[in-house]
Amino acid sequence: MVTTSIYLIPLLPLMAFAVNILFGKKVGKQASAISIASSLLSCLCALPLIVAVAGGRRFSGEWLWLNLGIDQLKFGYLIDPLAATLLFVVTIVGTLIQIYSTGYMHGDPRYSRFFAYVSLFMSAMLTLVIANNLVLFFIAWEIMGLCSYLLIGFWFEKDSAANAGLKAFLTTRIGDVCFLIGIFSLFAAIGTLEFAKFEGALKGNSHVLIPVAALLFLCGTIGKSAQFPLHVWLPDAMEGPTPVSALIHAATMVAAGVYLIARTYPVFIASPAIMPVVAIIGTITAFMAAFIALTATDIKRVLAYSTISQLGYMVTALGLGGFTAGTFHLMTHAYFKALLFLGAGSVIHGTGTQDIRNLGGIFGKMKSTAITFLIASLAIAGVPPLSGFWSKDEVLSSAFHSGNMLIYAILLLTAFMTSFYMFRLVFLTFFGKARDHQIHAHESPNSMTVPLWILAVGAALLGLPASPWLHNWFQTFLTAGHAGGEHEINRMVMASSIGVALGGILLAAVMYLWVPALAGIAGKLFRPLYWLSIHKFWIDEIYDVCLIRPFLQIGKILYKFDERAVDGCVNGTGWITLLGGKMHNWCDHYIVDGLVNFVGALTQFLSRVTRRLQTGLIQNYLLIIFLGVLILIYFEMRS
Amino acid sequence: MNSQYLSWIIFTPLAGALLILFIPRSLNYTIKWIATVTTLVVGLLTLKVCQLFDPTQAGFQLIEKCVWIPQFNVHYLLGIDGISLPMVVLTTLISILACVGSFGIKERQKEYYFLYLVLQTGMLGTFLALDLFLFYIFWELVLVPMYFLIGIWGGPRKEYAAIKFFLYTLAGSLFMLLGILALYFASTPHTFNLIELTHNSFAAGFQRIVFLALFLGFAIKVPIFPFHTWLPDAHVEAPTPISVILAGVLLKMGTYGFFRFSYPLFPEASRWFSPYLAVLAVVGIVYGGFVALAQTDFKKMVAYSSVSHMGFVLLGLAALNTNGFNGALLQMFNHGTITGGLFLLVGVLYDRAHSRDMLAFGGLGAVMPVYAGILIFFSLASLGLPGLSGFISEFLVLLGSYQFSLLWTVLAVVGIILAAAYLLIMIRKILLGKLNPKWSHLPEISLREILTLVPLMVLILIVGVYPRLILHYMTPTLSTLLQTMGGSAS
Amino acid sequence: MMIPLEHYLIFAATLFAIGIYGALIRRNIIGILISIELMLNAVNVNLVAFSRSTSLAPETGQVFAIFVIAVAAASVAVGLAIVIALYRVRKSVYTEDIHLLKW
Repeated sequence: MVTTSIYLIPLLPLMAFAVNILFGKKVGKQASAISIASSLLSCLCALPLIVAVAGGRRFSGEWLWLNLGIDQLKFGYLIDPLAATLLFVVTIVGTLIQIYSTGYMHGDPRYSRFFAYVSLFMSAMLTLVIANNLVLFFIAWEIMGLCSYLLIGFWFEKDSAANAGLKAFLTTRIGDVCFLIGIFSLFAAIGTLEFAKFEGALKGNSHVLIPVAALLFLCGTIGKSAQFPLHVWLPDAMEGPTPVSALIHAATMVAAGVYLIARTYPVFIASPAIMPVVAIIGTITAFMAAFIALTATDIKRVLAYSTISQLGYMVTALGLGGFTAGTFHLMTHAYFKALLFLGAGSVIHGTGTQDIRNLGGIFGKMKSTAITFLIASLAIAGVPPLSGFWSKDEVLSSAFHSGNMLIYAILLLTAFMTSFYMFRLVFLTFFGKARDHQIHAHESPNSMTVPLWILAVGAALLGLPASPWLHNWFQTFLTAGHAGGEHEINRMVMASSIGVALGGILLAAVMYLWVPALAGIAGKLFRPLYWLSIHKFWIDEIYDVCLIRPFLQIGKILYKFDERAVDGCVNGTGWITLLGGKMHNWCDHYIVDGLVNFVGALTQFLSRVTRRLQTGLIQNYLLIIFLGVLILIYFEMRS
Repeated sequence: MNSQYLSWIIFTPLAGALLILFIPRSLNYTIKWIATVTTLVVGLLTLKVCQLFDPTQAGFQLIEKCVWIPQFNVHYLLGIDGISLPMVVLTTLISILACVGSFGIKERQKEYYFLYLVLQTGMLGTFLALDLFLFYIFWELVLVPMYFLIGIWGGPRKEYAAIKFFLYTLAGSLFMLLGILALYFASTPHTFNLIELTHNSFAAGFQRIVFLALFLGFAIKVPIFPFHTWLPDAHVEAPTPISVILAGVLLKMGTYGFFRFSYPLFPEASRWFSPYLAVLAVVGIVYGGFVALAQTDFKKMVAYSSVSHMGFVLLGLAALNTNGFNGALLQMFNHGTITGGLFLLVGVLYDRAHSRDMLAFGGLGAVMPVYAGILIFFSLASLGLPGLSGFISEFLVLLGSYQFSLLWTVLAVVGIILAAAYLLIMIRKILLGKLNPKWSHLPEISLREILTLVPLMVLILIVGVYPRLILHYMTPTLSTLLQTMGGSAS
Repeated sequence: MMIPLEHYLIFAATLFAIGIYGALIRRNIIGILISIELMLNAVNVNLVAFSRSTSLAPETGQVFAIFVIAVAAASVAVGLAIVIALYRVRKSVYTEDIHLLKW
């Protein structure tokens, strides 16, 4: 019974996908109902499992999928605390976002298509979460990438959306193939790809390919979780519908990269040379993305950079050995960032614009949206006792305890910037005076605001299980199977974290609420930094010049080469053969054939002479016959 | 035991072709249906053979043998094993679908279907013959109808393409003929019989020379870089169903030759040459990918993607291990279904718009949603999306080649990224973006066209989700092949 | 009283010579045909004469002669038919006008 329900978790959304994609026209408006029902049911299947896992049970099962030489590749499921945490996030957030989508996507001509894709995504994400080995994990990982591609380009008539989907798929694909080679490397090193067997297989194993595999897994994470230097696709991915941004590009799929590191954590532990790399990548990403977010003016892009930054936090935490910190931040981030995106979607839905420079003063008109958005912003800024405070504090304290003060300092600075740009967003959007009077803001329908409130509850309270008030229940739950990342509460870290959060809010309030002129002055004062931020470090441009154009150029050059050189050789051979043929032809025509014609001409000449004998007069012939007979008789007589 | 299903499979199309000769040319409808029914009958026979085939056995099954030319010890020898069965199934399937896909051809239908069925006989014979002499005859038999099919029903440069195809492959197969004759005279007693030949062991130097001779014949057919330039021309000029056959079946004849003849006959030479094969494979993968990236002609892009994808087959062959072999053979099958489908889709678009220039399109996803969905499906399969068949074979090939050489694997992976790039850019150019109003009245894909594509889609999905279904037919044969070559099992 | 064989032979030779002469000299095809008949009849005379003077059964030569007469009749019939056909086409029965089989 339990096993069946485990299979149903990914299969129900898959069935919803099949129904919606194949019978989209017939299903019509019911598509949303089918998708929501499927994910609600998988949520119901998952919840008892999560409770059971919390009670100390583990679930695993497998079946043979493929023979690899002497090895066998078995697919199956593994539900341990880590998977249960993610299940908790994905099923609930996923369901809520789909409910929200019914309002947001209302009246779209491709309504059923949208829900089909989302269901496929849910199915893939849930498969990824409960997968027991890397190959199944990879399969789900790629299908998620496909869904992301399809949903970013959902409004494909817009060129920007179509390009963004392409960019997202290709950028993550680079990470994905690295991940694939990483899988091969790990397989070559330890001979198994099942998560549960990693620790056993890695014990005492110092194969040279293990760090290689870890590094390549990191590349996978860099692609999927939009870490530096492959983060460029995520801001563009905001071209997709907002619920998609919330579900895929904030809460779940982009977190899969972090989940990958957490899932293969034994591999990373076993390769100490790679861990600092993980941390450094994460730190660079966290800082850089927050820095860019400072000047972004598109409400969704601010959130996108914020997502990149927060993912950087998680990666840093994992790189510094903070397994629980990273995972915990993943969970809380999923809730508050989904909430932020849905709130942003509600603003866009209500006002029709997503440029924060045109917004302002809509607090009164969109109360539910504004209040929930504010809760989420407080959570991400790290104001106690909201969830973000606890998880960010965990990350910071793991950085502090690792002894790497530079990373700690950068993360603290990033936390400051986070609270600043978030409240810049909040103040510019909801407070102050309305800047554009064309906009008539109205509150979104209940189908959108109810999920906002539910998520707000999650964003507010989910930090508590990890708080000292509940005896760090979450940490013990998660580390049951792993060597811990336990830290004593450090009052200094906590105080600094609260300090920067409040400082950021205060600065934002000063600059955007009380003394608006200050923002322009600051921009002029730090012009180089401002330029760096607003041009996003010119990374897109660098890639365009250094990678994309050369690649296309290589293609063109090789095509020329193919046409001219390779095909030229073929045609050249043909031409030479033809030339040889022509020479032979000449020879044949004038010498060989000449001889033949000569014989013919001679025969003709001779026959021209001799045919005169043939007179056509019978009597001539008869005379000759007669004379012939006479001659014969003469000779006969003689002998 | 002495069943004659294989002969029936080979000669049923020929019988159909002869029957068509007796139908007056005005009865187009009858001719079409005779051809379709013939291919369907072959399909049923193939199903029967699949049912008779014992997947656990490694050796040849359903062997048919009789003396043909006793003076030269030539036999009419047929047999099927785990290597040829997937190819026969693929040929039969593609033939049925391409035949239905041919209904759009309106001129000189009688000759078309006659040549088409003769072609099918040639292809099936190539995959089933175990006597080198017989094999060579079927191999050459394929060329003739193909030449006419491209040269008569092709595009604007059809004569050039047809002649190039014919002469190029003929030149290759002449080297192959020399190799076959060398084998005949080197064996004691003189024989063309593959099974008897494998019992001979040849000197290493001789092996290498003959390997090279056969290699030329096979390499041109695959085609392996740098022998590939006939392919884009032939593909672009050939009518759609013939492109499908060309990509789906004909290219496989080359790699099949490696599996069937080169490897078991010259184990030492194969091991000696395998690094060079790997290099050619990787060059083909990356090079084909790059060139495909530069194309603006939809069909030419698919043609070059074939060069890239067939590179994976060669890479798997060069890896000389079970995973590589499994992957290579599966990739042959998958490439047939996927690229066959892509060519059908190119044809669907070309029939409507009379253009293959990708830059001329845009936003067709809004006008032809079903077509768009199917095209995206095949593109995803081609770029190796997990869950679809292309992934499985590329995964196995790369896993195999990883055991063989890390460097080549890493380089080959670039080909996967390139595949994603050129296919998605193609989708971007054709389906996405603003709709060009010129195309706003293009009719949606018709039911007949969907019917030709659905079987392929189902197969791609099934193999992608549960590859053991087809792999368990192949694995025993391939493992045995590997053992006879003295390779490792893993 | 037996007429000696020589008489017959001289008669036949004379007849034959007349026939040859006619066949070679006549311009009219009908004349040539008649001359050929003369030569055939010279042969017939010879056949009957030899048959009579030798020890064979007398019928032997006579049967031959009858055969020759039959064949000659047939050939004359064909020959005359050709002549008529020719005449219809060329309005002439003279050999110098009918040299179609020339080079």
